[in-house]
Amino acid sequence: MSRQPFILTAEGLNKSFAGFQAIRDLSFYLDIGELRTVIGPNGAGKSTFLDLITGRTRPDSGALMFEEKDDLLKLNEYQIQRLGIGRKFQTPTVYTRHTVYENLLLSLAGSRGLWSSLFHRTKPAEDERIDEILQVIKLSDRAYDRAGSLAHGQKQWLEIGMLLAQDAKLMLVDEPAAGMTDEETHRTGELLMSLAGPRTIVVIEHDMTFVRQISAGRKVTVLHQGGILCEGSIDRVQNDERVIEVYLGRKSRARAKPKAKPQANSHAA
Amino acid sequence: MKEKTFSRTHLLILGLLSILLIVVLPVANAHGYISNFQLNTWGKYLCYAMLAISVDLLWGYTGLLSLGQAMFFTLGGYMFGMHLMLMIGRLGSYQSDLPDFMVFSGLTTLPSFWQPFYSFSFSMLMVVLLPALVALAFGFLAFRARIKGVYFSILTQALTYSAALLFFRNELMMGGDNGFTGFRRLFGAEIRSPEVQRWLFVATGIALVATYVFCRWLTRSKFGLIQQAVRDIEARVLFSGYSAAAFKLFVFVLSAVIASIGGALYVAQVGSINPNAMTPDKSLEAVVWCAVGGRGTLVGPIIGAVSVNAAKSWATQAYPDLWLIMLGAIFVLVVLFMPRGLVGLPAQFAWAGRRINAFIQERRGRRPNSDDDGNDGGDDDSGGPGTSRQPPDPPTEASAMSDPVPADPPGDPANPHARGQTEPPLTPAAQPQPRRTSADPDPSTP
Repeated sequence: MSRQPFILTAEGLNKSFAGFQAIRDLSFYLDIGELRTVIGPNGAGKSTFLDLITGRTRPDSGALMFEEKDDLLKLNEYQIQRLGIGRKFQTPTVYTRHTVYENLLLSLAGSRGLWSSLFHRTKPAEDERIDEILQVIKLSDRAYDRAGSLAHGQKQWLEIGMLLAQDAKLMLVDEPAAGMTDEETHRTGELLMSLAGPRTIVVIEHDMTFVRQISAGRKVTVLHQGGILCEGSIDRVQNDERVIEVYLGRKSRARAKPKAKPQANSHAA
Repeated sequence: MKEKTFSRTHLLILGLLSILLIVVLPVANAHGYISNFQLNTWGKYLCYAMLAISVDLLWGYTGLLSLGQAMFFTLGGYMFGMHLMLMIGRLGSYQSDLPDFMVFSGLTTLPSFWQPFYSFSFSMLMVVLLPALVALAFGFLAFRARIKGVYFSILTQALTYSAALLFFRNELMMGGDNGFTGFRRLFGAEIRSPEVQRWLFVATGIALVATYVFCRWLTRSKFGLIQQAVRDIEARVLFSGYSAAAFKLFVFVLSAVIASIGGALYVAQVGSINPNAMTPDKSLEAVVWCAVGGRGTLVGPIIGAVSVNAAKSWATQAYPDLWLIMLGAIFVLVVLFMPRGLVGLPAQFAWAGRRINAFIQERRGRRPNSDDDGNDGGDDDSGGPGTSRQPPDPPTEASAMSDPVPADPPGDPANPHARGQTEPPLTPAAQPQPRRTSADPDPSTP
């Protein structure tokens, strides 16, 4: 039986910060071409999970493989990036003192070496690609403004643009819709959906309208207290007792029985 | 708009200044319009300017406040000084082939590591090579261990201090606390003669202009973009796939070489070098020059080095006891009121002018020209890391909807603890109680 290798395999990950278990025995498998949405309450470990994948923090135990051949735990941040894993941070993190154009230029796929950067001359193809991306992220008229002068939502777009420029195989997108208008949010969803397939995408979001938009017919993973609580279609997930308990319906239920959630720690089969 | 490395006006000014330095001043000296002493003093300032550029390349462009640049400057001086010591020959007080200080400490033969320094080219090679190797070894260890910020500054300070202690020792055979002095000949000519000094001035001018042009090219290349990205948000650079450590190491080694070349030219013109020149306060002085002129501009450090040292020359004669207090006061004033240094003053005045103008118009009851001060005022490409003075970004929709995320992210893009609290609640259902999980652990946890 032959199957496509997983693009990302995480097994038995654990990570604690000063006694707080941020990631608890997390196992996660991602198929090539998937657009996976990860939801979960604050502190569920979503961003920490991305930190582990991108080499920002090291797990205490567990395994993380890319395409079932590269051991991510043996690589550092920029080596992981060079494998083809790109990340958009939760708070838009762009080079604020560089222009929008320069931000994209630095992110563009290509050599990351020191010598090549010394003698780099921007090729017409690179300029074309940047123009293309500028149009997608609707920042063409701001190309030569400093990124720091952009509005919050525009910075989000710019960072998405940087992710596009990088041409990553696996894109990790942390809260892309935060700070965007409804219309922009919708457009972000369209963009992400159009990218899935040739690329694999993991999206972390809170905005349930957005989650519903991008996860139609796709798998959603619910994280809770550092582990996977439940996985499946958005409808299944939203109707899952435990999910309602810890996340979606917390307000009403939590007041009724504040501490009783015995099944919160048992993982979905 | 995209800028060229050198605009036409830029080239014109650069060319005129270069001709002034390399041709006009020496010729004026040869004809007696400028005294030998004055030319020599200016030659010294230009060497300091090289040191200041090396600080700027690190501090202004890469965010690395190195307090060890005086060590590299002095190392260069020592490497050239060794050649000059040997060229004294039998003209010294002891009329020996050995430099005087060796005779004084009872040596009869030249230590083997001194031998190759009879060759001028070898000595020049060492001016470049030794500081480069020291910087490479030190930088490799420091950057691999991801030593940053103030820790890097402290380490470089310790490095220069320990080097000074090493050179103070007579056993090193580098002249101990007297260092090298009493040079007599260079290329067989009397080194103190006006002709040789004039040529040394020309060489310094060429070195400075070449350094400036090279650094300007470097900081405007893609390398420069990455270098400045490392300064602004180093963590993000890693996630763009660049090895920040490699870039920092390259800049550190390059700066060491620039400082060292300045030091070599300095020794030949000043006529002595001793370990006091590598104590940490000398490095700090270079940092002050850089700050006064305007860091992150390349031109600023040159202006700063020349103006502060000119002030020093004047003050140490007029008010010898007060100079250090003045220097400290200058530094404090610059940090408080001129974050972009002398170079940034025109922009600062322009900005202030616009504000005053807007204020007056407002008082007259007219609407001020609002798009003037909404964006960052007089901010041009010369802005050093003193961003604190930039007006904050305009408020966004995001911050309007009770989003506690600052419009401009802090240097560290995201730390897992802080982030938990900054997640904006977008749906009522997701209204979180973020600290709950950590505050009261789940009772069902075994």
